[in-house]
Formats: sequence, structure tokens, C-alpha cells
Amino acid sequence: MADIKEIMKPENLVYGKSKVLTDNVMSYCPGCTHGVVHKLIAEVIEEMDIQEKTIGICPVGCSVLAYNFLDIDWQQAAHGRAPAVATAVSRLKPEKIVFAYQGDGDLASIGTAEIIHACNRGENIVVIFINNGIYGMTGGQMAPTTLEGMPTSTSPYGRDIKLAGHPLRITELIAQLPGTTFVTRQSAHTPAAVRKCKKAIRKAFDNVEGKKGTSFIEVVSTCSSGWKLSPVKSNEWMVEHMFPFYKLGDLKDE
Amino acid sequence: MADYRLMKGNEVIAEAAIRYGCDGYFGYPITPQSEIMETLMLRKPWEETGMVVLQAESEIAAINMVYGGAACGKKVMTSSSSPGISLKQEGITYIAGAELPCLIVNVVRGGPGLGTIQPAQSDYFQAVKGGGHGDYRLIVLAPASVQEMNDFVGLGFDLAFKYRNPVMILSDGVIGQMMEKVQLGEFKPRWTNEQIIKMYGSWATTGKTPDRKHNIITSLELDSSRQEKFNHKLIEKYKVISENEVRFEEIACEDAEYLFIAYGSSSRICQKAIEIARAKGIKVGLLRPITLFPYPTKKIQSMLSKIKGILAVEMSAGQMVEDVRLAVEGKVPVQHFGRLGGMIPTPNEVVHALEEQIIKGK
Repeated sequence: MADIKEIMKPENLVYGKSKVLTDNVMSYCPGCTHGVVHKLIAEVIEEMDIQEKTIGICPVGCSVLAYNFLDIDWQQAAHGRAPAVATAVSRLKPEKIVFAYQGDGDLASIGTAEIIHACNRGENIVVIFINNGIYGMTGGQMAPTTLEGMPTSTSPYGRDIKLAGHPLRITELIAQLPGTTFVTRQSAHTPAAVRKCKKAIRKAFDNVEGKKGTSFIEVVSTCSSGWKLSPVKSNEWMVEHMFPFYKLGDLKDE
Repeated sequence: MADYRLMKGNEVIAEAAIRYGCDGYFGYPITPQSEIMETLMLRKPWEETGMVVLQAESEIAAINMVYGGAACGKKVMTSSSSPGISLKQEGITYIAGAELPCLIVNVVRGGPGLGTIQPAQSDYFQAVKGGGHGDYRLIVLAPASVQEMNDFVGLGFDLAFKYRNPVMILSDGVIGQMMEKVQLGEFKPRWTNEQIIKMYGSWATTGKTPDRKHNIITSLELDSSRQEKFNHKLIEKYKVISENEVRFEEIACEDAEYLFIAYGSSSRICQKAIEIARAKGIKVGLLRPITLFPYPTKKIQSMLSKIKGILAVEMSAGQMVEDVRLAVEGKVPVQHFGRLGGMIPTPNEVVHALEEQIIKGK
């Protein structure tokens, strides 16, 4: 048997941590989708060699600390306002590649005006939208995206449509806007899904480099802490309940 | 050759911004300040200097655009009037918390609520005491003329970048709407990206280069002891600002026995009131705070030995008068006179108030 040191050579390396990821330990729960998507963004930035050109806008929510994990310049926006912040950065620094990273409470509830108008203006930005159907950071409250009947800490008997209205498929709304060029809904729960998701992120970043307007990627995600399920069960629950309502695939690719 | 024009206060804000090398204006229409964005859109500075002008979907979006631009080290601004400024407060406290430089213009109208579109000075507390949450201060400049609307754009940007702190021009519907002669400034080129990296690359999000760590603009600090340390850092900054940046004007104070203290358009009314009062033999002068934060507290204290009483004149129910009383510490009588709801006091009313409230002591 070959000595381990014989094998551990650069030419044998088939996988490694992106140099755009920092060494900080991620603050996300086991099974959380944020970490996977962070990794994909880092890999895309590294592959495109745009670390110096990229400016990230992170939201309020679990991913508020995204700036600790990707080694790029970051701005942390007020709750829901990342698209407005990204608008200004993109307009004032058109030579940069700007992306906003938001959760569903941030993007689809408190920040609906900002996301709709940024997409409608066709701001030359990428929006990564992590939709886990719940407010994760504040402890699992009902989100605009919470499914009918889904229990949360502010809908303990399940989301009642009569009381709380319907879950919001904002990505379908976004796809209607002429300013958007690429609108897709992805997931990151299997190796195949992760690969597809990365391709979508790469296309979105390419679009910004090509000044094509807004590219919008929803990633249907899990929140095992908020959902009160194990990471494995969360994935199963997402496939069974989230996917039928939040259908995966491209909504628009121009 | 000096460039003199007859212009509206609001128009001058726009012109001064272009000439001072402003990189971006983000606004939303509201009376009585809509001419600022209208003038910019008419002037098309993006063709001339490259300045970005964007009508945002809301005041909230506009102030967050300012956040984004300021975080890049760009010279950016917004303007609004009272109800719109209330909407901006979240963004303003984030900007203060992230220590970003920017210029905010408030052309004040009467409140509360939707109030009136007529001039008022009832946003003093909001501007000076911190309108949003948390311990922070704005540097607040109070123009009393169209000329100062011009001058304070440049001064405001300079102070904002000097201290990495938001600056507010606290104007009002009178100053914004009236036309006066103004001497416009020279054209200053916008900073290049290279200049910005040189001056502010230590903190601005100019793009992470291999020679430095990544820059993060945030107002979040989850560790309480570090947040407290940061709060103390801000307090120290405000102390330095208070020591170095107090500005005021004295009019007819040399022999004054009584004092008006007034800022903005009220100070203009007080100038006429001084003429009327002095014709009656009342020796009254005017102290006009130009900076409302920092406030000319020490200046007021230095005047007290010769002064028998002070009338704070402001178009509010009595807001700045509290800072006058804090300075005076009960040593001489201090009274407030003001009209409300968009009503503007006449010079005669001001003289009458001085006679009744201070001289007769009613």
C-alpha cells in the first residue's frame, strides 16, 4: 500500500476549500442550506477570478454574518433593504459585480418593495434568495413563505390561510418583471442539486459581468432548527412539502 | 469670475451638489423640497460629471441607497421633508452605526403626522437628539439663507468625511422655497476610484485586493463588551466634534441686554425684530446657532454676565429652547416664542413676545 504522503500531492488533489472562503467556523446549524450556498458562491467567485471585483450585500437574518465567511468586501444592509443598497453600489461602481444575499423574511416580507423595484429597474445585480419558509434567526416564526398548515412559533397550530393569508411565491412575481433576465428556483439538498445550483449561480454572475440586468436565484432551503426536524428529516420534509408548492426549475432565462 | 445667480434654496442644493463633485443623489418626491431632485433631473449631471441621480421607490430605499454608496467611499446624499425624514430614520441610524459619511437634507414642514406643507422647525429634536434608535449623533447644520444652502453642501460633505459621520442640513420650507442672490462655487471634479482607495481604502468597500483584509461595513456587534467599546468610540468622536466644529453668528450682541436665540428662517425674522426693538430703545441682540449639533453651549454661557433674559424663537412648540436652558442653567430667564403648524411669526410678534415674556416677565 502506498504511503499516505505519496498520495497527498497537489497533482492528486480532486477537491479543496475555495480560497474565497475564510477559515472562520460557520455559525449555521447542522443541515442548514446557507453553508452550501456560501460555498458555491465562493467557488464561482474563485473560478471567475473576481474576488477583487465582487461586493456582497448581506441581510438581516441568519446570514447577517455571511461577511465572516467569504473573503470579499461586504456591506451589511438593514432588514429587507439589500436590493436598495446593491442598487447604489452597482450604479456608483459599475465596474464591480454586486450581489445581494437575502432570506425569505428579509426579501419576501419586509423588503418586498425594495426587491420588486430593484428587479423592475433591471439593476445589474445578482440576488440569491434563501427560502426556508421560516424566520430562522429569531427562533422559527411564520414567514410570508410558510406553507399552509405548517406549524411555526407564531402559527403554532399551523399557518391558517384565513388568519395569515397565503404563502407568497415571490419568485413568480419577479419573473414577470421585464428588468430580470434570469429567474430560477433551485435547491441544494443532493449532490446533483448542488451542481445545478452552482451552474445557476455561475450563470447569474456571468450575466452581471455581461451587464444583462437582474439575475434572481431562489434556493428552496431547510431550517432544521426552525422546523424542529433532524437535517435528514428536513430534507425529506422539504422534498415532500416545499417542492410541490415551490416548483424547481428556471422561470425565465433570456 | 464670481458666479452670482438668483435661485431658490432647493435648486441651489442641487447645483451645489453637482459642483462639489457629489457622486450620487437618491431621493423621493415630497413637498416642499421636490425642486432638489427636479433640478438634478433637468440638469442631467450624469452627462456632465458622471453623478448618479436616482428616484427611489421610497424614502426608505433612498436612504439605503445612500448607505450603499457611502460604504463605497462615494460622496452621496439624499433629501426629503419631515414625514420622509421620519421614514429614513432606520437608515440614518445604520449609517451612523456603520460610521459612514453622507449628506441628508431636511426641508422641514409642519407636523406631526402628515401635518402641513408649510415651513416649520419642529424636527429639531429628531435631528439633534437622534431620531433613530441607539446612541448616535448627526452633525446638524442650519442654513439661514440661500447662500448657506449652497455653502453647507460642501461643508457638510467635508465634515461627513472628516468624521465618518452623517451630516444633516436642517433647513425649512422658507429657506427651501425662497429666492435670493447666491454665489455658486467652483466646479470640483468627482474623486476618482484611485483617490477614494487612497483616502478611504482602509474601510470603504472598494473591492478586496490581495494587499489588504476584506472590508466589512456593518453596524452589528453581537459581543456586548465590544459593542460598548464601540459606543465609547462614538462618544469620543462626538466630543471631538463638539470641541472643534461649533459654528454660530452674533448680530448686535456688543451692547445687548436681551438676547434672541434663533436658527434658520427664525433668525432672519429676529434680525428685523432687532431693528424694531432697538428703535423702541430695547437693546437686544441675536445669537444664531449655525451648528445645532454641536450646539454653541459655551458661547451662550460666556454671554450670560451681560444678559438679562433670553427669548428662544423657533417655529416649534419649544424644542431648541431646551438646549438653551441646559446651557443657561437657570442663571437668567429663558422663554420660548414660536408659531406652529406652518405659521410664520412676524417681527412685531417676536418683539411683543420679548416685551411681554422677558422684559415684563409674564
